[in-house]
Amino acid sequence: MMDNKMIVEGSLESSDKGFAFYGRLPYYRGLGLSMIEDIQITVDGELVPRADVRFHVRGKTYTLDQMETVYDDRWNFGEKAKIIAMKPGGLPAGEHRIEFAVRMRVSYLPFVPTTKDTKVLALAA
Amino acid sequence: MAIRRGVSLYSFQNETFQGKMTLEDCIRTCAEMGANGIEVIGEQTFWGWPEQSVDEAEITQWHRLIAKYDCVPVAHDFMLDYKRYKGREMPFEEQVASVRKDIDFGARLGVKYIRALVSIAPEVLVAAAPYAEEKGIKILIEVHAPLHFDHPWIIRHAEAFEKSGSGALGFLPDMGMFLHAFPPVWKEKFMRVGVPQAIADYIVKAYEDRVLSEYVILNVQQMGGTGPAIAMAETLRHNAAFEPKRMLDYMPRIHNIHGKFYEMTPDSNGSYIEPAIPYAEIVSVLKQGGYDGYICSEYEGNRWVEDAMEPDSVEQVRRQQVMLAALLGEPAPQLRAAA
Repeated sequence: MMDNKMIVEGSLESSDKGFAFYGRLPYYRGLGLSMIEDIQITVDGELVPRADVRFHVRGKTYTLDQMETVYDDRWNFGEKAKIIAMKPGGLPAGEHRIEFAVRMRVSYLPFVPTTKDTKVLALAA
Repeated sequence: MAIRRGVSLYSFQNETFQGKMTLEDCIRTCAEMGANGIEVIGEQTFWGWPEQSVDEAEITQWHRLIAKYDCVPVAHDFMLDYKRYKGREMPFEEQVASVRKDIDFGARLGVKYIRALVSIAPEVLVAAAPYAEEKGIKILIEVHAPLHFDHPWIIRHAEAFEKSGSGALGFLPDMGMFLHAFPPVWKEKFMRVGVPQAIADYIVKAYEDRVLSEYVILNVQQMGGTGPAIAMAETLRHNAAFEPKRMLDYMPRIHNIHGKFYEMTPDSNGSYIEPAIPYAEIVSVLKQGGYDGYICSEYEGNRWVEDAMEPDSVEQVRRQQVMLAALLGEPAPQLRAAA
């Protein structure tokens, strides 16, 4: 659910350190950060290594490994978190195909769902 | 004794997720439909819960809106994330403490009921029951497909509830377990992702004929079905046309109802029907059993249509409320609520 609303349109930005966009949790509620098992970002077909992904929400930035033991913060329902890829040099201006997948551990489900959205976002020069 | 109409704000998730409806929009919309019972998933409506506290100002605002629109707080649905820790289940005492926290939260919201997910062990709820009694709250386990009232897991809950002697433990049946036909919006979605017409038609017919899910899955494989076709057939493993009358044995412990629906379509009488869920029969059973409580609309068609169109949750809920009002012998709610 909400698959096609995960990547926030028009939110792509880039700097010397990498690129970022706003992402939402594809779920009808929020989740404590320890239950976000993985976030995968692909840009123009190239996968960003897990260690280079950062999650930023309400002034705090986490690595995915750190998030696994964060029990006092959440990715709230509909909340736009900044999803950051550390990539020296960032991205060139123009259009980029972004894939964004979230794997979450949901207590009541007998499987661990991964939900993915793909959008082409434009980066201003 | 009366059956009253309410709405779970789960129904408006597509709008609230995108910031298109505020909490006030949701409550006003329900009030305009004459559905004055309001159910929330606490952590959907109140950011931060349960990992963080919710400011008193937000609770005050909730009560202000409830009063402004003359509504009634019915239920807080809690989740209890017992898989919070990677690789190990939350210890028993911590689960019980977590339920107590949600009892407190429900009390702050002024609800009488908190909803427990069906996967929670009965021992956890029994251990939390004395605190619920103290706070004047009942914990209701949601009986939801693929589970049903004859499933051993639910019977275990019922036995544990009886043995506890506590009146603070009960059931919240989700009407999706009475899925009497394959929902048209499911079929259409599966066809959009590539299920051939012949296979889709076969699955719908096989569901109508009550064919065992495992046979349907095998037949679809033999028809050449792959990926999405198998997934469509596999929905039969998790859904079935259980009988609404199975609620009768449990009526003394049923205190809230999820009026699950996937789509409301016009009928020939100027009202609306859920093509897959037999609401006339359901309401008749509830009346027979002397059900005293709310039926809260729970629109779940959103996730089946959102790939093709923007769901109109308000219109869907309005249609269900028109149907419920008719089945309950109330005058039709006239207003088309503004989204």
